[in-house]
Amino acid sequence: MSQNNGYPFGFLDEYAKKEVRRSVLKAIALPGYQVPYSSREMPMGRGFGTGGLQLTLALIGPGEVLKVIDQGSDDSVNAVNLRSFVELTCPGIATTAKTEEASLIQSRHRIPEKALNDRQLLVLQVPYPDPLSVVEPSEDRRKAMHGEADYARLLVKLYEDIVKFKEITISHRYPTRINGHYIIDPSPIPRFDVPKLHQSAALALLGAGREKKIYAVPPYTDAVPIAFDDIPFRIEDFNDDQGRRRTCQRCGCQTSYLDEFIDSTSGEKLYQCSDIDWCNDQLTATQHLEEVDI
Amino acid sequence: MKKILEVNSFSKVYGSGCDCCFAETGPERTNICPGCGSVVAAHDVSFSLHQGEILGIMGESGSGKSTVVKSLFFDEPASWGQASFYDNGSRYDLFELNRAQQRQLRSQRFGMVYQNPHLGLNFAISAGGNIAERLLVAGDSHYQRIRSRAQDLLQRTEVLPERMDEIPRNFSGGMQQRVQIAKALATDPPLLFLDEVTTGLDLSVQAAILDLILEIQHELQTAMIVVTHDLGVIRLLADRTLVMKYGRIIEAGLTDQILEDPQHAYTQRLVASAL
Ligand SMILES: Nc1ncnc2c1ncn2[C@@H]1O[C@H](COP(=O)(O)OP(=O)(O)OP(=O)(O)O)[C@@H](O)[C@H]1O
Ligand SMILES: [Mg+2]
Ligand SMILES: [Zn+2]
Ligand SMILES: [Zn+2]
Repeated sequence: MSQNNGYPFGFLDEYAKKEVRRSVLKAIALPGYQVPYSSREMPMGRGFGTGGLQLTLALIGPGEVLKVIDQGSDDSVNAVNLRSFVELTCPGIATTAKTEEASLIQSRHRIPEKALNDRQLLVLQVPYPDPLSVVEPSEDRRKAMHGEADYARLLVKLYEDIVKFKEITISHRYPTRINGHYIIDPSPIPRFDVPKLHQSAALALLGAGREKKIYAVPPYTDAVPIAFDDIPFRIEDFNDDQGRRRTCQRCGCQTSYLDEFIDSTSGEKLYQCSDIDWCNDQLTATQHLEEVDI
Repeated sequence: MKKILEVNSFSKVYGSGCDCCFAETGPERTNICPGCGSVVAAHDVSFSLHQGEILGIMGESGSGKSTVVKSLFFDEPASWGQASFYDNGSRYDLFELNRAQQRQLRSQRFGMVYQNPHLGLNFAISAGGNIAERLLVAGDSHYQRIRSRAQDLLQRTEVLPERMDEIPRNFSGGMQQRVQIAKALATDPPLLFLDEVTTGLDLSVQAAILDLILEIQHELQTAMIVVTHDLGVIRLLADRTLVMKYGRIIEAGLTDQILEDPQHAYTQRLVASAL
């Protein structure tokens, strides 16, 4: 057993890692089902991605390439901390900011813009795993509801939303039905990212450390956001008042998920790709094109 | 007439129960077993109900009226007995169904209207949303269709459809009962349970709601079990009536006969006191 800083490879002991892996197998076998596991204490507060971290530590091995993102950025404090921790406890792994180079991507709030492939694994950090908790306080009753796919009350929420606001206002954690049965909370990714889970080539694993649940969207599996027949699900359109798609002010991309900034000098609203790696790629590509043009 | 429901020897005991529970309780005694302290809320209750018929269950407080409908509606499990529900050529053994089967009947083939509107309605969502919930459970997922159905139902139960997006708290007690009735009717159930639906309302409001119930019976041929301690409600609505005391049926028959010529001394007193 390789030792590093007095800790076993992956920080967790072998028993803990095996338990996580067993739960992962069960989660893959029952797409969307929340598998309970005994979430370990990690040297950081629960709620800081410990559910995702335990998945990463239990699944990563020497030779693998890790990417960690938070809000689309590899450089935010949270992403840096998590990445350093894995590097420290898992000697022999490499890290990257490039989506296509990574074999394992741990993320909070975003799924990379670039489509993932079947050799990649996406780990999402989840604060609240159960989409039913907003309509049913009792966990026992929620379990029975999941078992019977008794999800009408989630649609009642959508109904009330449309009545009150004329549209569905859920921006994050959009309830999504996996493989035609269980409905999951897809973690705090925006609506924009939910379709990326549908029939994705990559396996997506979701881990909630505080709530001690692991669930999965296996590769090539249906992930369908709930909606009414006559009011379909739609993603954020990022259109301006004239109905024109906003563009990233940095790379000019017209298809990506945009973050909004206020320019501190002009007070103007600016938009930029939330996925920094994607933005960099688009920027290099356009610069390259310009060079070729000259 | 088509039979909708047949209940045989239904019993409900709250508590551990013992061998003498049934022998030591009853109309001439009490409903608390002296041996073990269990409450025999209902024992040996049998009756049948046909399409379009209204059966009244009458009796003083604690006699077991609500217990009967609660068990049939799966709010409480039965202790003993058998109940058959006949629907579209199938027979459902109500006390033997699993949770999913219970939920299916409860949400689509039965309707319940409680005395307390908080039990029948979700006060955190709009009146229309309450009706929508029942339609969504039944599998409709077309927003506009759900809305227009909810509108029709509220119109039918004489709640202004313009108020469908308000929460039930904004409504008067009578209107809350109308919303409950609209919700119950949403899936065209052949069987409706009404537990003291007019109790506590103003007399004029009571009369209007009782009228509505009779209209629904005539229009939709819905079979109903009406639980009440109010002889006036029984007289107006029920074709046949069961009189209960300490968990037992002490008298059963056509409502007119029971009111004209009550057999049991207890019923005689009830009728006399209501005159
Ligand atoms: N959950 C319970 N636990 C214990 N005893 C109960 C419970 N529910 C009802 N009972 C008892 O069962 C008996 C029958 O109750 P039930 O509610 O059926 O009476 P009721 O005829 O509907 O009376 P009311 O007119 O007051 O509504 C009562 O003695 C009651 O106290
Ligand atoms: Mg009662
Ligand atoms: Zn960009
Ligand atoms: Zn007893």
